[in-house]
Formats: sequence, C-alpha cells, structure tokens
Amino acid sequence: MDDKPLAIVLFSGTDDKLNAAAVMASGAAALGRPVHIFLQYWGLDAFRADRIEDDHGLAAEAGAEGKAAVDALRAEGQAPWYETLAMAKELGGVEIQACSLSMDVLKITEDDLHDLVDGTEGVTAFYLAAGDAQILFI
Amino acid sequence: MSAIHTTVDAKGLSCPMPIVKTAQAVKNVPAGELIEVLATDPGSVKDFAAWTRSTGNAIVEQTEDEGVYRFVIKRA
Repeated sequence: MDDKPLAIVLFSGTDDKLNAAAVMASGAAALGRPVHIFLQYWGLDAFRADRIEDDHGLAAEAGAEGKAAVDALRAEGQAPWYETLAMAKELGGVEIQACSLSMDVLKITEDDLHDLVDGTEGVTAFYLAAGDAQILFI
Repeated sequence: MSAIHTTVDAKGLSCPMPIVKTAQAVKNVPAGELIEVLATDPGSVKDFAAWTRSTGNAIVEQTEDEGVYRFVIKRA
C-alpha cells in the first residue's frame, strides 16, 4: 500500500485548475493516500456555497480552442470538479481546509462556504497537518 | 472461476472516475470476491495496473473489445 499523504495548496479558481486538483485528490484517495487540501484566494472563492456551481472560466492559456475542448467534455457528461471532490471525500481520508488569511482578504465566513469545506486553518496548522506529505501547488 | 460479485460500469467516464468508482465499489465486496470493471478510458489500462499493485487487489482477467476495456479484479 502506497500511503504517502498528499497535500494540495489550491490557489487557482478556474474550472480547469479546480478540476486538475479534484483529479489529483481523488486519484490519491483511490490509492488510500490521505489528502489534505488547503484553499487559498481564488481556489477558496470557488467554494462559496452560492457560487460553487457557477462557470469559473478557464486559465488564460486555454484560449478559444481549449474552451471548446473543455465544453465538449462537459457535454459528454464529465463530472464537474466539485462532484469529483465529493466522491473523493466519500472514499475517505480527504480533508479540505480554508486558509484563514484568504478568508479575511475575501471577507468570507465559514457560513459562506460549501459543505465540502471542513474548516479553517492558518498556514502553520497546514504545515503541521501536511507533515512529510508530498505538497502540490495548483 | 467464481461468479462476478459486483460490476462497475465506467464506460464513457474519463480519468480518474473508473478508478474512483472501483475504489468505492470494492468497499462493499468481501475479500476473495470478483469485481468486473468496464471502461472506455484508454488510460485505465495503466491506471488499473498501478492501482491493483498499490492496493494489493489482483487483475485476474483483462480484455479489450471495440474500445471497451474489461478488467476482472480479485478483492484482496
């Protein structure tokens, strides 16, 4: 069993990067690896309960061709990133925490956040929780 | 060969859904029983090889027919 923990710092708030994070998290969860996701800035903003299902756009490099490709995948029924994350959480071992500084900057309270988010922590608590996990910044 | 205990139909699903759905399904399968997975994601061939190696489950049968990959996995 490869159970090295994975920690993801999810900074970006466009749908492609949110999906990339959800894929990395769910793949690790399927292997039984603990996953800790730390939501900063625009990544955190995407987890507002009233906006999570909105179109969050794509990274600038996607361009029109990239957008068409992503739209085609969606039309084929690819699960949105928040559903992939919900499935990862059902597998167990996946924790999602909001960065307290980003909460202050964006004037977000825990009541504003979707149920996928388990709580709020500072960067020190993140590093402590991450331990010797592999850390990804997305 | 004993009978299939559970089938996971992951046809049409992109990575990592075939693995995620299988990982979910195996939780309800007793050790030694067989899980059948159907997938169309070409990445699933290497993914299932890696997932079974890492989780201790075993691929006991693997076929491909007109773009549909079929894996029979024995629950560890």
